[in-house]
Amino acid sequence: MWKTILRRILIMIPEVIILSILVFLLAKAMPGDPFTGSINPKSDPAQIKHLMKINGLYDPWYQQYWNWVVHLFHGNLGNSYQYQEPVTRLIGGRAQNTLWLALFTMILTYALALPMGVFAGRHEGKIPDTVIRVYTYVTYCIPFFVILVIGIWIFGYVLGWFPTTGSISSEASGWLHTLGSRFYHVLLPAILGALFGTVNIVQYLRSEVIDAKRSDYVRTARAKGVPSKDIYRHHIFRNSLLPIAAFAGYSITGLLNGSIFTETVFSYPGMGLLFVNSISYRDYTVITALVLIYGILNLLGTLLSDIILSVVDPRIRIE
Amino acid sequence: MAANFNEHSDISAADLTRLSQEAKAEATPSSARIIWDEFKADKPAMVALVIVVGFILFVMIGSLFINTPKMMETNIMNYFSQPGQNGLFLGADSAGRSVAQQLIVGSRNSIGIALGLTLISSTFGICWGLISGYFNGYIDWGMQRVYDFMMMLPMTMMIIVLVTIIKNYNAVTLTLIFSIFYWEGTSRLIRSRTLAESEKDYVAASKTSGTGNFKIIFREIMPNISSLIIVDTTLSIAENIGVETGLSYLGFGLPLQTPSLGTMIANANDPNNITQYWWTWLPAALEIIILCLSISYIGQVIRRAADASQRQGATD
Repeated sequence: MWKTILRRILIMIPEVIILSILVFLLAKAMPGDPFTGSINPKSDPAQIKHLMKINGLYDPWYQQYWNWVVHLFHGNLGNSYQYQEPVTRLIGGRAQNTLWLALFTMILTYALALPMGVFAGRHEGKIPDTVIRVYTYVTYCIPFFVILVIGIWIFGYVLGWFPTTGSISSEASGWLHTLGSRFYHVLLPAILGALFGTVNIVQYLRSEVIDAKRSDYVRTARAKGVPSKDIYRHHIFRNSLLPIAAFAGYSITGLLNGSIFTETVFSYPGMGLLFVNSISYRDYTVITALVLIYGILNLLGTLLSDIILSVVDPRIRIE
Repeated sequence: MAANFNEHSDISAADLTRLSQEAKAEATPSSARIIWDEFKADKPAMVALVIVVGFILFVMIGSLFINTPKMMETNIMNYFSQPGQNGLFLGADSAGRSVAQQLIVGSRNSIGIALGLTLISSTFGICWGLISGYFNGYIDWGMQRVYDFMMMLPMTMMIIVLVTIIKNYNAVTLTLIFSIFYWEGTSRLIRSRTLAESEKDYVAASKTSGTGNFKIIFREIMPNISSLIIVDTTLSIAENIGVETGLSYLGFGLPLQTPSLGTMIANANDPNNITQYWWTWLPAALEIIILCLSISYIGQVIRRAADASQRQGATD
């Protein structure tokens, strides 16, 4: 098992290096330079040239890349031109919001998907199973951003049950009130994300339960006279749970990619909205940092899932 | 030759026709026939098919009669006209442009991009999966590392960054940018099936008799997994409609003067629009939902047709 994990991590290293080179080159290819934002009609062209020279912008790209990487390891991602503050601090504040939303969505998704998966597997081929199948099919097909827009329209504007912008109410004061306000702001996006993000878990769990139903240990349990309810709760569910836990890593990846849409629709100040805003302001340092962070988080998500799977399922370890 | 044959055999011409008819009746029906039977047996599927085909035809033909630059002109007289007012079937948006006309042209653009994207990315994904699955070993290992790397990239972000780098992009460049990132799902699916298929006897036999690798891949393995390919491609179309409209919704898809279903839904970003002027965005949103559901449903029906144990249509 350790060998698999080690090999998996070793493969990761070149991937991160290629990603960083790619991100760096893309940032270089973008129009403008880091001083575009600070230029005004009074700036002296010679001085700008001098600034670019001392900042190493005339060096060959590999030299610039190396400097960038060295800065990166010192935790220095540069300054944001739009917000005039260090990128690390800017993203740090936004990351908290995004992770809070992602975590909450994930908890709700599992809370919804686990009972549904077991239920569908238990009543395989009967009406509840069909209903759940139709539900997962519909939620899988519809593009998520359409659901978000319709959701915010119905529940945010027409019914007025939920806030439509921000991550926290400006009137919120005090520790408990702030937490409550935060919770209230992520509730609608999290519910929508959970309702429309169950398909993988439900389908996987359903087939696991159907397989387990016919296995020997379940037959033994039945022969011993264990009540059906307990078989599902203690025997089948526990055995199917760990592979399902492995989906958590993949869910993180999916949620991060979805966060751009969720945060735009709900004007929720997280990393996704920061990215969209930075693109319109051509705030390159922020863009580069965000693409890199999302890439690495994606990688860690899949790594986590692969490790859990290799721990749980010995078949994967044999290579 | 034929006359000669008739003289020396006991079988009459009538027998021959009867025999060939019997053979035809007993033969396995063609895949097109099976799929068609499946549609006939499933009424909702028929409805979905009629909706999709009819709608695509309507949009393609209808958009020919619409002058896009003229349609995108601002007409202050029609500022947020309500549906039915001023002879505008679905009303007008903040610039007084007809929503119904934009919907038709926008649908054509969105569906066109989705089809183009599916064509390019599926072709690439299928080839990648077939080659990777067939050449087990170093080639497969290398190709899988490329796959892993692509999976790690934050796709939406990369597309947005590329769109900002490329100046003067249009529908074609946009489709190509999307295609770079959307072949992985297909390739993984095809690879796993090809791995299983390569183990089979007919492949071994073909190898032994000296058939070239690429001939085995594209003339022998590919036809054998064709049902999977058809199903996956159909489902990809529905998914790809979401890809383009989503990016256009964010403002990084088609340019502003080219209407798309996504840019129309982006009208909902304005709090006034979303509540008061619902007709500027809701029709586009509903259209995407109906279209995606119908196309996926058609995909499901074809999947059922491909799997003999699930068929509902007349089998024998």
